[in-house]
Amino acid sequence: MKTLSPAKKWNKYFTAGLVMTGAAVFLGLLGLFWTPYSTTAMSAAERFAAPSWRHLFGTDNFGRDIFSRVMQGMGTTIVISTLVVLFSGAAGILLGALTGYFGGVLDEAVMRVTDAVNGFPSILLALVFISILGNGRQNLILSLGIVFVPSYVRIVRGEYLRLRDADYIKRARLMGVGRFRILFVHILPNILPVFGVSVMIGLNNAILAESGMSYLGIGVQAPDASLGNMLSDAQGYLQAAPWYALAPGMVIVWIVLGFSLFSEGIRRRVE
Amino acid sequence: MRYFIKKSITLIMTLFLVSAAAFLAFQIIPGDVVTSILGTEATPEREEQLREELGFNDPPAVRYFNWIADILRGDLGVSYRYSKNMNEMMPVSELIGDKLPVTLWLAALSLVLITAVSVPLGVLWARSKSHFLDALLGVTTQAAMAVPAFFLGILVTYIFGIVLKFFAPGGYVSYKEDFRGFLGYLMFPALSVAIPKIAMTARFLRNSLLTEMNADYVRTAYGKGCTGRRVVYGHVLRNAMIPVITFLGMIVAEIVAGSIVIEQVFGLPGIGRLLISSVSTRDLPVVEILILYITFVVIFVYFLIDILYRAIDPRISEK
Amino acid sequence: MKKKLCSLLLAALLTTVALGGCAGGTGESSGDNTSTESVTGESDEQSSEAESSTEDQADGPVYGGSAVVGIQQDIDSLDPHKATAAGTKEILFNIFEGLVKSDENGNLIDAVASGHTISEDGLVYTFTLRDNVKFHNGSAVTAEDVKYSLERASGLLDGTPLISTLSAITAVDIIDEKTVQVTVGSANTELIYSFVAAIIPAGSGEEEGADPVGTGPFSFVSYKPQEGIVVKKNPDYWQEGLPYLDEVEFKIVNSAETALMELQGGTIDIYPYLTDSQAQALKAGNTHQVISSPSNVVQALFLNNAVEPLDNVKVRQAILYAIDKDEINLFVGGGNGSLIGSAMLPTLTDYYEDLNDVYGTGADVEKAKELLAEAGYPNGFDLVIDIPSNYEFHMQTGEVIVEQLKAVGINASINAVEWNTWLTDIYNGRQYTATISGVTCDQTPGYMLNRFETTSSKNFINYTNAEYDEVYAKAQAALDLKEKAGYYRQLQELLVDDAATAFIQVPGNMTAISNRLAGYRFYPIYVQDMSTVYVVQ
Repeated sequence: MKTLSPAKKWNKYFTAGLVMTGAAVFLGLLGLFWTPYSTTAMSAAERFAAPSWRHLFGTDNFGRDIFSRVMQGMGTTIVISTLVVLFSGAAGILLGALTGYFGGVLDEAVMRVTDAVNGFPSILLALVFISILGNGRQNLILSLGIVFVPSYVRIVRGEYLRLRDADYIKRARLMGVGRFRILFVHILPNILPVFGVSVMIGLNNAILAESGMSYLGIGVQAPDASLGNMLSDAQGYLQAAPWYALAPGMVIVWIVLGFSLFSEGIRRRVE
Repeated sequence: MRYFIKKSITLIMTLFLVSAAAFLAFQIIPGDVVTSILGTEATPEREEQLREELGFNDPPAVRYFNWIADILRGDLGVSYRYSKNMNEMMPVSELIGDKLPVTLWLAALSLVLITAVSVPLGVLWARSKSHFLDALLGVTTQAAMAVPAFFLGILVTYIFGIVLKFFAPGGYVSYKEDFRGFLGYLMFPALSVAIPKIAMTARFLRNSLLTEMNADYVRTAYGKGCTGRRVVYGHVLRNAMIPVITFLGMIVAEIVAGSIVIEQVFGLPGIGRLLISSVSTRDLPVVEILILYITFVVIFVYFLIDILYRAIDPRISEK
Repeated sequence: MKKKLCSLLLAALLTTVALGGCAGGTGESSGDNTSTESVTGESDEQSSEAESSTEDQADGPVYGGSAVVGIQQDIDSLDPHKATAAGTKEILFNIFEGLVKSDENGNLIDAVASGHTISEDGLVYTFTLRDNVKFHNGSAVTAEDVKYSLERASGLLDGTPLISTLSAITAVDIIDEKTVQVTVGSANTELIYSFVAAIIPAGSGEEEGADPVGTGPFSFVSYKPQEGIVVKKNPDYWQEGLPYLDEVEFKIVNSAETALMELQGGTIDIYPYLTDSQAQALKAGNTHQVISSPSNVVQALFLNNAVEPLDNVKVRQAILYAIDKDEINLFVGGGNGSLIGSAMLPTLTDYYEDLNDVYGTGADVEKAKELLAEAGYPNGFDLVIDIPSNYEFHMQTGEVIVEQLKAVGINASINAVEWNTWLTDIYNGRQYTATISGVTCDQTPGYMLNRFETTSSKNFINYTNAEYDEVYAKAQAALDLKEKAGYYRQLQELLVDDAATAFIQVPGNMTAISNRLAGYRFYPIYVQDMSTVYVVQ
C-alpha cells in the first residue's frame, strides 16, 4: 500500500524551497541597496541588448540592465508582500478573535461584509481603493491589506468559535481570567499552526497580487523597478526583445514556486 | 427550507451591500462621467446640460434608490458612455447580453480543458507507483500553480502566437460572425486560464483518491479479490469525485471573477474588460450591474456547493 | 532561430540610429520606406511622397474590397456635434462633412458648400450650397438642414453650444434655396475652421433611434462597443469616383502591443500609431509600408506657474536647460518627433517660430545648476510629475525626464494617475506641480496659444503675463493674416522668455499600411481618410 508521503521526501521539498526562497530573498534584499548597474541609468548605445555575460538578462528599451532591475523589483515585491501579510494578518486576528469569541451583532455584520468582499473580484476592489486613496506604495500596501483581511478573519473566527467552548477555556473563565487574556494569551497560541499555514498561502497570494497590480500600473511607479511593471512594459517588445518579458516573469514564478515548495516542505515536516 | 430562506436573505443582503458600496465608491473617487465624456473640451454649459440629462442634479441617495426601484422593475438602465445610435445610449441589458457569452464560453471552454486533462492526470498520478513520475508531477504542478495569469497569457501569446503562429494574437472573431473561428481563438485564453487550475485539480483529485484508497471499504474490496482497475473506477473514483466536483464549482466562480485579467491580455470583449473600461470611464450603471452579476455568480456557486455537501453528509445540517 | 536573428538585426539597427535601416532590402516597398522616412518636416511634401509611392505599385485605383483600420480608443459618441474625443473625430470624418473640410495639406476646402464669402468686417459669412449633395438616407441637402445643423451646434436651438467656438454665431438665415448666411457677434479670422462642423438632416439630432446620417464618402453600418464601427461605401458621394472601398471596419485594438501582432496576422490593414520598435519589427517583414508623419499633438512637461518652486522663473528655466529633448526623441519617439520650443505646430509654417535654440535641444547641466543656485535651490528640490497612466508615450517620456532632472540635482518622481483623475484634479482642478501630457490641436493657429491667456479656462498651467494677454487680444482682433502671424510669433517668444512650460515635441505618427492597399493620405490633423484608399491586388 502506498503512503501519502514517503518519509524521506519532505526533505527535498524543504531543501529546494529553502534554497529557492533564500536566493530570492537574498538577491531581492541586496537589490534594494546594491545592484551591478544603476537601475535607472539609460544608454542609447545598449538598447535591447540580448542576454550576455555583460548583461545577464539583457537590456530594455532604455538600455537599462534588466538583471539589476529584476533584483530591485524582487526586493520591492518581497517587502511589499510581507507588509501586506503583516497588516492583513494582524487585522484578521483582531477581527476574527472578537467576532468568533463574542458572536452577536458584530459577528453578523463583519461576516456580511466579509461575504461581500469575497464575492467581489479582489483586483477590482484594490483598484477602487487605489482610486480613492491615490497611487503609491503605502496605498498599495493598505489596499491589498484590506482586500486580504476577510480571508484571515474567516479562518481565525472559525478557530475561536471552535475553541471558545473548549474545557480549558471554560475553566479559565470560571477562574475569572480577563477576556483580553483569554483571547490573546489562552486561545491565540493554539490557533497559530492553522494561522501559520494561511499566512504562508497569503504571502504567495500577496506576491501574485502585488505583481498583478503593478502590471496594471498601480503601486510602484516607474522608473523604480517592480516585476509587474517591467512585465507590462516588456509586453510591447515581445518580438524585439522576448528576454525582457521572460526575466521578470520567470522571477515571479521562481519566488512563488520556491515559497510553495518551502511551505509544502514545512507542512510535511510538521506532519 | 428554513436554511434555504435564510441563505436567500443573506444573498440579497450581500448584493445590496455590494451595490451600495460600489455606488458610494463612485461618489468618492475623483472624476465623474461628465468630466470623462467632455474631456478637455468641457464648457460650463455643456457640463450643466449633461448633468441635467443624466439626472445628476438629484441628491445621491435619491439617485441610488431610484436605481434600486428601476432594477426591481426589471429595468437595468442605460450606459452613460456607450451609444446605441445617434441619440440614444446603449441599454445595459443589451450591452451585457452581447458581452456575457464571451466570458461564459471562456469559462465553459476552460472547464472542459480542466476536467479533460486533470481527471485522467489525477487518476494516473494516484495509481502510479513510480517515484520519478510522482516527483515530476509534484514539481510540475507546483510550478504551474506559481505562474501568474497575466504572465501565462504573455507566454501563451509568445509561444503559440508569435513563435508557432497557431493564432493571431488580438485577432478575435465575434461569436456572431464565425462561431468556429471564435472558439478557435478562445482556445488560447482558455488554455491560459486552465493550466494552473489543471495543476490544482489534479493535485486535489490525487489526494482525494489516495485518501479514499486507504478507506476501509477499499481494503474490503481488495480483500474480496477485486482487481485494482475495478476498484479505482468502480468505487474510489466515484467517491473521490464528489469533493472534486465542488472544487470545480469554486473554479467556475473564480474564472468568472478572474476573467478581468485574461480578457485584458487577449483582447477579448467580455464582461471583465467591459468592467475595467467602465470603471475608468465612470460608467456607473454598467459597473453596478456587472459587479452585482459577478457577486451573484460567486455567492450562488458557493451556495450550491453548500447544498451539495449537505446532501452528501447530513451531519453538516445538524450543526 | 529566425526570431533570434531578427532580434539581433533589430538591435543592430537600433544602435546605428534608424537612418536608412531598411535600404538593404529588396522590393519596392522597402525602397519607399527609406524615401518617406527621410522626410520629417513638411506635411505636404510628405503626402505627395506617399501618393507617388503608391502610384508606382499599381496601374491605377480599382474599386471594391474592404479594409480594416486599427484604432486605439472606443468612440465617445455617434453624434458628430457631441463627440469630443480626437479618436472619434478621426472616424466620423468619413461619415460626416461640414460646409468646409480639411484637406491633406492642412488647408480648408469646400465640401457641402461650393463656396463662401466673408464680409469685410468679418461678421457675415455667406455659404453657397453645392448641387447634388445627398445624405446617406437619399435626400438632398437643403438650406434647412444647414440652418438646423449650425443652430444645433452653436446652441441657438436650445441654448447649449455643442461646439464652443461656434457659440460666436448669433444668427443663421436662409437667403434662398442654395444660400445660407451666418452672422457672428465678433470678428475672428479663425472661426472659418469651425465650419467643419457636421451637416446633418434637419431634426435628426432629436429623432429617436436615428442612425448617424451624414454626407461623407462612407455611411454608417454598425457599431459595437469595445469592438468597433463598420461603414460602407456611399454610392452617391459628391466627389466623382470616390470612394474606392466597399467597406471599412474601424476595429478597436486591445493595446498598442497587440496592434503589431494583428498587423502581422492580417487582422488589421492600417494602424496609425506604431511605436518605434514596432515599426522596426514591421519593416523587417516587408509586408507593410511604414511611414512617419508629424502628428498634431503638442507634448510638454507642463509646469504649474502658481506653485512653489515653479513660480520662480529661474527654476523653470533650469528645468528647460536640464531637459534633453534630443534624448527623449531618440528613446521614446524613435527620432521621429519634431522638437519644439514653444506653443505652435511646426506644420503651421505661416505662424511657427523656431525657438528651439533658446534653451537648446540638448541638456546644459552647468547652466541649469547655476540657475537653481541663483534661485536658492543649490541642492535641488523634490518634484512630483503626474502623468496620465493610459498614455505609454508620456509615461516613458517621464522616465527619461526623471533621469535628466536627477543630473542637475532635482529629485523628480512619477505619479501615474488615471485619465479621469487627471482631467478632474490636474486639468480642471489645477492641483499639481508638473505634468506630462499632450494637447491635440486643431488647425486653428491660435489653439495652443489661447491656453496661456490669464483668464482662459484652459490655462491649466496658471501662466499670467499682462503683456501676453495684451498681444493675444490684438492677435484676436487682427483681420489681416500677416499682422496676426506677427502677433502669434511674439506670443511664442514671450512663452519662451518666461519659460512658461517645457515644450518637448510634436511626436511623429508612424503609420503602417498593408501592401495590399494603396492611396492612403496623411493629414496634419487627426483623421483617417479612407475615401482614397484602394486595394492593389
